Amino acid sequence: MPEQLREISYVDAGVEALREEMQRDATIVYIGQGIGPRGGNFRQTRGLCKEFGEERLRDTGICELGATGVAIGAAMAGSRAIVDEVFLDFSLEAMTQIIQQAANICYSSNGKIHAPVLVRSAMGAVRNAGPHHSHCFYAWFASTPGLKVVTPATPYDEKGLLKSSLRENCPVIFIEHKALYNTKGMIPEGKYLIPLGEARIHREGRDITLVAISKMVHIALEAAAALEKEGISAEVVDPRTIVPLDRERIAASIRKTGRLAVIDEAPAMCGFSGEVVALACEECFDALDSPPLRICSLPVPSPFSPRLESQVIPSVERVVKEVRKLMEN
Amino acid sequence: MEKGAAGQMDMNLLLTLYREMLQLREFELKVQELYRRGLLPGFVHLYVGEEAVAVGVCSNLHPTDLIYSTHRGHGHALAKGVPGREVLAELWGKSTSSSGGRGGSMHMYAPEYGFMGTNGIVGAGILLATGSALSAQLRKTGQVVVAFFGDGAVNSGSFHEGLNFGAVWNLPVVYVCENNLYATEMAFRRATKNTSVQSRAAAYKIPGVEVNGSDVLAIHAAARAGIEQARSGGGPTLIEAKTYRFQGHHEGDPGTDYRTREEVEEWKSRCPIKTLREKLLNDRGAPLESVEQIEREVQQWLEAAVQFARESPEPEPSTVADHIYS
Repeated sequence: MPEQLREISYVDAGVEALREEMQRDATIVYIGQGIGPRGGNFRQTRGLCKEFGEERLRDTGICELGATGVAIGAAMAGSRAIVDEVFLDFSLEAMTQIIQQAANICYSSNGKIHAPVLVRSAMGAVRNAGPHHSHCFYAWFASTPGLKVVTPATPYDEKGLLKSSLRENCPVIFIEHKALYNTKGMIPEGKYLIPLGEARIHREGRDITLVAISKMVHIALEAAAALEKEGISAEVVDPRTIVPLDRERIAASIRKTGRLAVIDEAPAMCGFSGEVVALACEECFDALDSPPLRICSLPVPSPFSPRLESQVIPSVERVVKEVRKLMEN
Repeated sequence: MEKGAAGQMDMNLLLTLYREMLQLREFELKVQELYRRGLLPGFVHLYVGEEAVAVGVCSNLHPTDLIYSTHRGHGHALAKGVPGREVLAELWGKSTSSSGGRGGSMHMYAPEYGFMGTNGIVGAGILLATGSALSAQLRKTGQVVVAFFGDGAVNSGSFHEGLNFGAVWNLPVVYVCENNLYATEMAFRRATKNTSVQSRAAAYKIPGVEVNGSDVLAIHAAARAGIEQARSGGGPTLIEAKTYRFQGHHEGDPGTDYRTREEVEEWKSRCPIKTLREKLLNDRGAPLESVEQIEREVQQWLEAAVQFARESPEPEPSTVADHIYS
């Protein structure tokens, strides 16, 4: 009998995941700005403080370095800590603690000390916030051994991946997208987990594989629908986690379609898009019927003007145009 | 056990403090020798001259209490109870230490002894210690956490943010600044206008205490008060121990490009180990035989540690990718 489904927003799916895991694991402490009685800048902790109290939902001043270091130290001593940077941009203030302390501790201690800390933040350009509130630099974390990097695209993935991330024994960089918080989708009525490292095939296709994460999954899906009308059948694959990366499922899709385009809200240089292209070359070079394509944000700091900002980030129109051009060759 | 004031301390405790300080001193001089002979890889920062601080503080701690150390951390590890042979094996990159040769001098961990790590990043341990104290408070473990750091850390953001968190959340943590007057080559008086570290405690509304870092009894007493306050729910204390490293910043730095020889010699004349030895023999009437017995035993302990570390196997290359995530 199929499980009952219900509609929920991305942000509320995250709140549900937190509520279930905080009920299950009494050692979880949540640290960050405005996550207590206010319920989070994005409503991402709404109602939790009332249920779990200010002991476990600890508001802080504006000091990401300190809050993150404290969260990591709490995790090292036996708590499970969540630190909410609110904007991914602000995690830069805390980078030394994430990269130099959290990521190394398990390895350097020969597996004796674990740092089960979840670093939560929201990325991406939305409503012309400009360069200090719009970045997508997940690649910096992904290139650091010892960190897992999770980028959910839908309410279903948000809930299942957040719950699984809160059961990991290592630091997890959990990056949501600001533009997705109010999007809606269906999730099962009951509890469920999604393992890290399993890509999701959003749409099956024959002619080209579109790999995308987070908000770009939705751009890819819209582009695929438009391409379908032109007779181009695109398969849309969302790895859902950058680390670990589901190399097998991505490669299997490329073997099937013979073509690859990666759609990435980050710039192309040394990034996620290049990693997927490298994967294609390493795993299934002979299956490629054309050079892999990268459709990425332009390598410019995020501009403020709406007209300029829309030029930078991959749009449905740009994806359709570039894929069409690839297919014509 | 103590009878009250530092001057009335139990003889056994005094002898224990003497033994531990001597262990730290002899250990570091041996490390220096082994390093100069090219046997130890990496970089080492020696604790010679500062022994009274680690020993004075850690002699008040329970085995389950936690400490966070610095790049100059071999002494902290020994004082917290990590066996000397394990510390030396780690410096040698051998597989038999707690960290299995993965960490080395500046990334050495032995949580089974409450030793939560040396650290290559100045100031980082202040925040980690504060967070561990939060965990102890939330889980009601009764643990106290000590953060050791140098004067080089106190002008960093980590110091400010850590002490602010420790204070506002009333955490069971003690902040111990080993003010040895130089951050690498930078004199503290050149780095900051307010050279009294303890006075900064007022900014966080926590007690600040300055102690003579060459006087292990004074440090023991100051630390005891801070640790008792933390354990009983009274929140953090900032202790500033005025101390000095007799060696350069790291092994290989002569330490005299930015310090005068006179200054170094003056501090050496106040050596905490020599001072306690004289106090034991002259003021407290300890039998010379007892003191010399300790000195012989420390040498035996050190020789055994060297033999253990030297003969220990190196890590298996096949384990290089173990423990990245768990």
